[in-house]
Amino acid sequence: MSDFDSLPGLREERVHAGERTLVVELSDLLEAAESLRDEHGFNFLSDITAVDYLGWGSADVSGYIGTAAGRDINAPMTQGYQVVPLAKPKRFAMNYHLLSVSERPRRVRLQVWCDEGEPVASVIPVWPTADFHEREAYDLMGIAIAGHPNLKRILLDDDWDGHPLRKDYPIGGEPVRFSGEE
Amino acid sequence: MTATAPRSLSSRSPIYEGSRIPTPIPTVLQTTPELQATGDILTINFGPNHPSTHGVLRLVVDLYGEDVTGVEAVIGYLHTGFEKNMEQKTWWKCITYPERIDYVSFQNNEYVFVGAVEKLLDLEIPPKATWMRTLLCELNRIHSHLVWLGTSALELGAISMFWYAFREREQILDLFELVAGYRMHTRYFQVGGLAEDVPRGFYPECRKFCDWMPRAIDDYETLLSRNKIWLERTEGLGLLSAEDAIALGQSGPVLRASGVDWDLRKTQPYLAYHQVDFRVPVYQRGDVYARYRVHMDEMRESVRIVEQCLDRLENMEGEPWIADDRKVVLPPRHELHTSMESLIHHFKIVTEGFRVPEGEVYFTIESPRGELGCYICSDGGAKPWRVKFRAPSYVALEATATLMKDALIADMIAIVGSLDTVMGEVDR
Repeated sequence: MSDFDSLPGLREERVHAGERTLVVELSDLLEAAESLRDEHGFNFLSDITAVDYLGWGSADVSGYIGTAAGRDINAPMTQGYQVVPLAKPKRFAMNYHLLSVSERPRRVRLQVWCDEGEPVASVIPVWPTADFHEREAYDLMGIAIAGHPNLKRILLDDDWDGHPLRKDYPIGGEPVRFSGEE
Repeated sequence: MTATAPRSLSSRSPIYEGSRIPTPIPTVLQTTPELQATGDILTINFGPNHPSTHGVLRLVVDLYGEDVTGVEAVIGYLHTGFEKNMEQKTWWKCITYPERIDYVSFQNNEYVFVGAVEKLLDLEIPPKATWMRTLLCELNRIHSHLVWLGTSALELGAISMFWYAFREREQILDLFELVAGYRMHTRYFQVGGLAEDVPRGFYPECRKFCDWMPRAIDDYETLLSRNKIWLERTEGLGLLSAEDAIALGQSGPVLRASGVDWDLRKTQPYLAYHQVDFRVPVYQRGDVYARYRVHMDEMRESVRIVEQCLDRLENMEGEPWIADDRKVVLPPRHELHTSMESLIHHFKIVTEGFRVPEGEVYFTIESPRGELGCYICSDGGAKPWRVKFRAPSYVALEATATLMKDALIADMIAIVGSLDTVMGEVDR
């Protein structure tokens, strides 16, 4: 039925807002990436985005006073989700946005799910441009990239504590050097 | 290694055989152990505070005499956490952030975010807004290329170029001021359309600019295109083949200068680009000079697009400039005095913000620097769950190691300049 049925480790394929998402098993990421590049023509890695889904769909995460079940009509002034968002399989999602630079331009999103500390294989052997993107995912989201030849922080200082784009990282909580109390 | 071999002006050799991407790290050029053993390697910091790094780029460069043998780009000096900040703001307050990420092509950045939200909302945009957005994005492309041209030429010693380029840049900024009240960071695009109607007097002023601009570009080309010093400093430098460019994710003028006919305005048309006539300049040489040529030709094409947009817009007097969706778009100001419902809508959108349905989208456009992407993820609330920008400058810096192979220290400035990086966008 679909072009991607034979993709290694394919767990789910969905189309939303005109965009195709292919969810593959974490262990099959490299094989799937290679197959997409060589057999399906996705020669261009546009972007890698890591997303933290900690607290997804529960109260207050989006700046709301609601509950996981949505708006509580018995408690006045509460605001919640109109629809409770669908549960996610694991905490982090890695999205690889692929593009085919060819006569038939098309895009696809390759997605894998991982938990804290679970290694995600580096796709540098498939798309060299993944280098900076994976370093950013490690730096800001703390994704454990396995097999990256130069995995170090890219945007923050080398001695920075924590990974700021995680949902449990406090806003405005960073220590200030040379403050009056020292 | 002879450092001072003169380059022929008329070399027509193929770009190069095979791949020049360094291994194992694709973005770091490492000095070979043999050279390291000579003890003559000098490691210097180029930047982060250097007038020709377009901001705060730091390059750690290994030198053997005047030859660059190793290079690593170190970034992050301008990191301000835009993406984290945007998670704390409602969707419509977020619109001011993308403009400041790439502060030279603000309209395009503004549009990529607004466009992504509209895609998730599945909102239909009135034609007048679409055409006006196309017009402003193209004016902004000229503006961005002018800043690039002025500063890059300045770095190579062509000081007069800077004054010429900034003369026309002023005119564009005046046009932006006329439309939005601000010269930069206009925040003129609203989810659903434009923030205000196009002001009276804009079209004639814009026409004047379109009449003037091609002549100004002729001036620039007279100064540079056949200037012997300019050719010596740019031809055959910073080579990048088409295969390497695609493998390294390069886009925009860098990719087109390497011989790849690829422009998102043609290959996946957005806004009104499928209704305008324009040419995509492609050059085969893959050097700094080819990138310069692409920028110059693109400015000419952009003027043509702006003229075609004006033709359409001048016949759209009185048409709506923003979608009529009261759950997303602020009601017209005059209704607030008479309609309770409008007042409630206004209050809800301003205080709580509008909600965007659950889902994730990745929206891409051709910014002046290349493929600009915006990934947004919504949980159905009034604030984004995650926003991520695919910054073309960030990816362009990945090519520095490949381009610097066999370069001289003096060429480094020309090569980095030709990538057209904006550090605000690199570090976000």
